[in-house]
Amino acid sequence: MDFDWSVVISALPDLLQGARLTVFIAALGLLGGFIVGFIAGVCRAYGPPVLNVLAQVYIELIRGTPIVVQVMFVYFALPMLANVRIDGLTAAVFAITINSGAYLAEVVRGAFLSIPKGLTEAGLAMGLPMPRVLLKIIGPLAFRRLIPPLGNQCIVSLKDTSLFIVIGVGELTRKGQEIIAGNFRAVEIWSAVAIFYLVMTGCMTVVLRLIEKRMRIL
Amino acid sequence: MSMVEFRDVTKSFGALPVLKGINLKIDSGEVVVVVGPSGSGKSTMLRCINALEKITSGELVVDGLSVKGKPADIHRIRLEAGMVFQQFNLFPQMTALENVMFGPREVRDASVAEARTLALELLDKVGLADRANHYPSELSGGQQQRVAIARALAIRPKLMLFDEPTSALDPELRHEVLKVMQDLAQEGMTMIVVTHEIGFARHVGTRLVFMDQGVIAEDGKPAELIDNPPTPRLQDFLKHVA
Ligand SMILES: Nc1ncnc2c1ncn2[C@@H]1O[C@H](COP(=O)(O)OP(=O)(O)O)[C@@H](O)[C@H]1O
Ligand SMILES: [Mg+2]
Repeated sequence: MDFDWSVVISALPDLLQGARLTVFIAALGLLGGFIVGFIAGVCRAYGPPVLNVLAQVYIELIRGTPIVVQVMFVYFALPMLANVRIDGLTAAVFAITINSGAYLAEVVRGAFLSIPKGLTEAGLAMGLPMPRVLLKIIGPLAFRRLIPPLGNQCIVSLKDTSLFIVIGVGELTRKGQEIIAGNFRAVEIWSAVAIFYLVMTGCMTVVLRLIEKRMRIL
Repeated sequence: MSMVEFRDVTKSFGALPVLKGINLKIDSGEVVVVVGPSGSGKSTMLRCINALEKITSGELVVDGLSVKGKPADIHRIRLEAGMVFQQFNLFPQMTALENVMFGPREVRDASVAEARTLALELLDKVGLADRANHYPSELSGGQQQRVAIARALAIRPKLMLFDEPTSALDPELRHEVLKVMQDLAQEGMTMIVVTHEIGFARHVGTRLVFMDQGVIAEDGKPAELIDNPPTPRLQDFLKHVA
């Protein structure tokens, strides 16, 4: 077998463009996912029964279905149900948001509940209202415990964006597939694509380690 | 007007009755030591005073405010009553100084400079001026508990609640915490202290309350009750903690 690695060079601009879209979808989706996950997680931990149950239903719905089905639903089914037009990119970002949000909700809940109850009581006994206790005392401690699983979710979600090939969003995996359809260089291009993912996840791991080192986990 | 008044207070956790009709009137300046077997409801009684637990029935008035009152009343009660816990419960992400500054900043509208001055003064008072910039994890149990006392004092309470403040400490570290509490008592602070330290009860307490199975079984002068326990129950209990 002979390999022609120069095809990777000529594919680089396209792959880079795909990688940029991958990062964009992952970053925006995770930002949304963190907000959704934070709200749902706090509702699970401290919310009144109604909100607690709502959050639970959301989490189980998402965790119990594959992300490919979720994005297909958002892209193809939602427009029929709600009479809205959703382009592929929006659907992709939305899918990462609701998907990572559900997993992060459980992480957030766990992090908050892992903080000893005595600290909450110390805050309340001083005369702080509960929201203030969560914001000033428990939140900062929970956040430290959140960093490792949060980093993990970032890596998972970044890779999950490759599944959006099913709705034709031009992210990295889709780009790789398109290039191969033209030059049939599967080994070279899929290797290059894999390395792109490794570099991106590797960067995330390094950043994560740095943050962990700077913030003592208490 | 009394500082704390329990009137037929009961408290149940679900179907489990824990306080079964507490009547207790505590005046300003008293140092009430509460003793009793584990599970008799001492912590629960203490925690009802600052509304960490909600009473099931009866009335409980703290410095003229009912614990059944509006959130604003509960807030005021909590500003009047400082609490010290068995497990210290210092905020681990803050230094000793920051722990003590936190209350004044949050609930007393103190400026950073005011809070800092007050906190340093209080840390000095509990003998920890040189540990101001240490994190709780860098302090011994006795030191942590003294910081916790300073933190509670920093909101300028009229009343201090102690829930077994020395039970989590090694015996050789207890005296440093008890000393701080004794100083506080001598300054005239109103104190309710749940403890097994009979020596503290005798020498510092102005009053001894013996709790047993959710009721106040004895209430009197510490020396008299300790030297001549009027019931076999109290005799038995004192034998066990001595
Ligand atoms: N939050 C709670 N939920 C249910 N039961 C509780 C709770 N807190 C205390 N209890 C029960 O109430 C009883 C008295 O507890 P407590 O007031 O802590 O006693 P003490 O401080 O005298 O050891 C115990 O049987 C304990 O198990
Ligand atoms: Mg107790």
